[in-house]
Amino acid sequence: MTTDRSGAATTVVGAAVAAPEPDPSRAPRPGPADRTAFRAEPGAAALRRIGLLVLAAVPLALLLVFFLYPVGSILALGLTGPHGPDLDAFAQVAARARFLRIAFFTVWQAAASAAISVILGVPGAYLLYRRRFRGRAVARALATVPFVLPTVVVGLAFRTLFAPNGWLGALGWDGSVATILAAHVFFNYAVVVRTVGATWAHLDTRPVEAARSLGAGPVRAFATVTLPALAPAIASAAIMAFLFCATSFGVILVLGAGRWDTLETEIYRQTAQVGDLPTAAVLSIAQIVLVTLVLVGAARIRRAGERALRLRSAVDTARPLSKRDAPAVLTGVLAAALIALPIAILVVRSLQTPTGWGLGNYRNLATVGEHNVLLVPGTQALANSLASAAIAAVLSVAVGVTLCVVLARRPVGRLARRAIGALDGVMMLPLGVSAVTVGFGFLIALDRPPLDFRSSSLLVPIAQAMIATPLVVRMVLPVLRAADQRLRQAAAVLGAGPVRVWASVDLPIMSRALGGAAAFALATGLGEFGATTFVARPETVTLPVMIGRLLSRPGTVNTGMALAAGVLLTVGCAAVVLLVDMVSSRGGRDSGIGGF
Amino acid sequence: MLQLTGVTVRYGSFTAVQDVSLRIADGEVVALLGPSGCGKSTLLRAIAGIEPLAAGRIEWDGVDLARIPVHRRGFGLMFQDGVLFPHRTVAGNVGYGLPRGLWARPDAAARVTQLLDMVGLAGYGDRRVATLSGGEAQRVALARALAPRPRLLLLDEPLAALDMSLRAGLLADLEEVLRSTGTAAVFVTHDRGEAFAVADRVALMRAGRIVQIGAPAEVRAEPVDAEAARFLGLDGHEGGVMHGMARGARRAAAAGVVDASAADDSSVHPQRR
Repeated sequence: MTTDRSGAATTVVGAAVAAPEPDPSRAPRPGPADRTAFRAEPGAAALRRIGLLVLAAVPLALLLVFFLYPVGSILALGLTGPHGPDLDAFAQVAARARFLRIAFFTVWQAAASAAISVILGVPGAYLLYRRRFRGRAVARALATVPFVLPTVVVGLAFRTLFAPNGWLGALGWDGSVATILAAHVFFNYAVVVRTVGATWAHLDTRPVEAARSLGAGPVRAFATVTLPALAPAIASAAIMAFLFCATSFGVILVLGAGRWDTLETEIYRQTAQVGDLPTAAVLSIAQIVLVTLVLVGAARIRRAGERALRLRSAVDTARPLSKRDAPAVLTGVLAAALIALPIAILVVRSLQTPTGWGLGNYRNLATVGEHNVLLVPGTQALANSLASAAIAAVLSVAVGVTLCVVLARRPVGRLARRAIGALDGVMMLPLGVSAVTVGFGFLIALDRPPLDFRSSSLLVPIAQAMIATPLVVRMVLPVLRAADQRLRQAAAVLGAGPVRVWASVDLPIMSRALGGAAAFALATGLGEFGATTFVARPETVTLPVMIGRLLSRPGTVNTGMALAAGVLLTVGCAAVVLLVDMVSSRGGRDSGIGGF
Repeated sequence: MLQLTGVTVRYGSFTAVQDVSLRIADGEVVALLGPSGCGKSTLLRAIAGIEPLAAGRIEWDGVDLARIPVHRRGFGLMFQDGVLFPHRTVAGNVGYGLPRGLWARPDAAARVTQLLDMVGLAGYGDRRVATLSGGEAQRVALARALAPRPRLLLLDEPLAALDMSLRAGLLADLEEVLRSTGTAAVFVTHDRGEAFAVADRVALMRAGRIVQIGAPAEVRAEPVDAEAARFLGLDGHEGGVMHGMARGARRAAAAGVVDASAADDSSVHPQRR
């Protein structure tokens, strides 16, 4: 208690303090009209607990049937032989140089892609979040688009770009690793820019100013003050990029052309072409171990970085561009070209037919392709895509929000806290396990009694929802957790029960993030390739699967159809995400959809 | 009538509120006065039902509130910085706690208007919460807390976040509103001026316990010990105050608020010996 404070307060209310005698008007006053007696409900607390358990049980049951059981089946397949548990399958796989080469390639191409993404993305984050220029909001939104584009489509676009007759054919990169790395950077540029940018934008600028006033030049100030502060964000972005590239399937399948294989494509080859399921299972297990190791490391880094950062509120401290930003601008132009050229050539080539410019390729989508490659026309695949993506989005949002309700609670009891922590970890599992593993697991686990889903048309959307749900949770949960707990208390004190508190406080708070999550889930469903390839039957193919099938067969009609379908998917995914970005940034805040 | 008996609140191994007993009559305003960290806000939150009790009972008119959840207690709570719902308008905030249902609607609108009038914000109903100044936001928070006609109003440092110049005005209004509505209230503050101005009785809190309780003049005239005297800004070395201090301690002990040993400064705060 400082003296000046109490002194001033005494002055303010001096008259009252000076009154020595109790004021007669202070005699106990009549109370307000009393409300009816309390509605004491002895079972209310127990009921609420049961309700929460049921809420948690629904997503858990889905996870059990559609994730843990399939993945468990893979483990069983890989770790047991005809005479009980053994590691024969492992020994056989490890003995073949081809698989070791594939495992090595999986890791090094992912590391290289992540490194290039960081080198290009950090200057990009600087430009888009620390500098102000005309069109910055548009540039930020456009930089996000690649992340949601379907992998097969991007593979197709880069293949077209670097093909001998493509715009960059002169580089001679056709069929080389360079095209794979370029496509991976295309995807992960956005991840790095948005993750690092979000931190950079809110970084307290005063430590840099202090360093400069102590005699550090701009480079030294950056290296000694800014870079260490950004390090956790950069590490987190790099790990996300690494994971994405290590589980890359569509891009490798299209660009690898059989010369380059990762664990993912090899799982697919062993399953679909060789028919060696035990080997595929062993490769899946290797993939799961690799991803889990990376995720555990990532959690460590995240925990170490969380306490250190000192962020400022969302005041825009960005400055206008200056001449000294030229190197950053140069990398920005390079990245813009990397993003724009493949999309541009995709659109241009889709409009070129053997008979000249026109919409022939799009009209061909109504057919089953050259040599009847497809069982159903492309328009049917389009309808399948839209339907399954919509169902997957609804499903993943419903399950994701239910989970968030449970996970956002901060219970008092230690046991309950542990249970929630465990649930949190279990729900993130699908995020770590690749789409191909999920698809492969569906294939071997859900096609025989008691769980025979082969004929169910819901299998594709369910697989897509399994992949999209962790994304929804990751986007919505931080918003709910950051919300002021006292808002919920204020509502409760005013008489709102748990359901009304949730509907009138939690729901409005998370509505933006929820919109973004729904859009991402929809885009994920539209572009999903890895799991859908395994699960879709000929008549339930989606557009990405159809593109994959068309590309595996020669013929200009087929290639043209693939290009046209790719453009449709690109437009669809980009539109969904840009729409949400526009809506969510209209409030003047930085949009909530950067936090993938 | 609110009755606290041996109320204790713990966070893990830390005891924030220890064995507090207190009775608040209908229409009475009691100030919980103490330095920051003494447990006064925690006690308030325990009364509201937000903090679970480790021991003790809280009763209203003889009914144990242990099993009554927050939203069924019919108490109003006003936070230090308002905690208005950012996604609702001023009217949406004030009307949040009113009974809902189709037949209640016209009545509710009238009640919101009446309350906004009462806190001096007539015509503010459609304003967005983000456009309010600190003082206006606190007035809205007060109106919101009063709207459902709570049987007890809990005020958690309602003026602490305001500028000095705004405080005097809102304090006067607050007192006027409490007086005119006859609402019983618990007013948590670290500012003795506020406590003495608003309360019928002042409860002095320290380290989780109530060390003295009485009418403002009484507490001021006879602080229970030297530390209380220092906290109240009274010079403990004047003979008269020393004399009064001893009497205060005896009275507190007789009332059972503190055990007699609490009059010995060292037993309350050994490290201050």
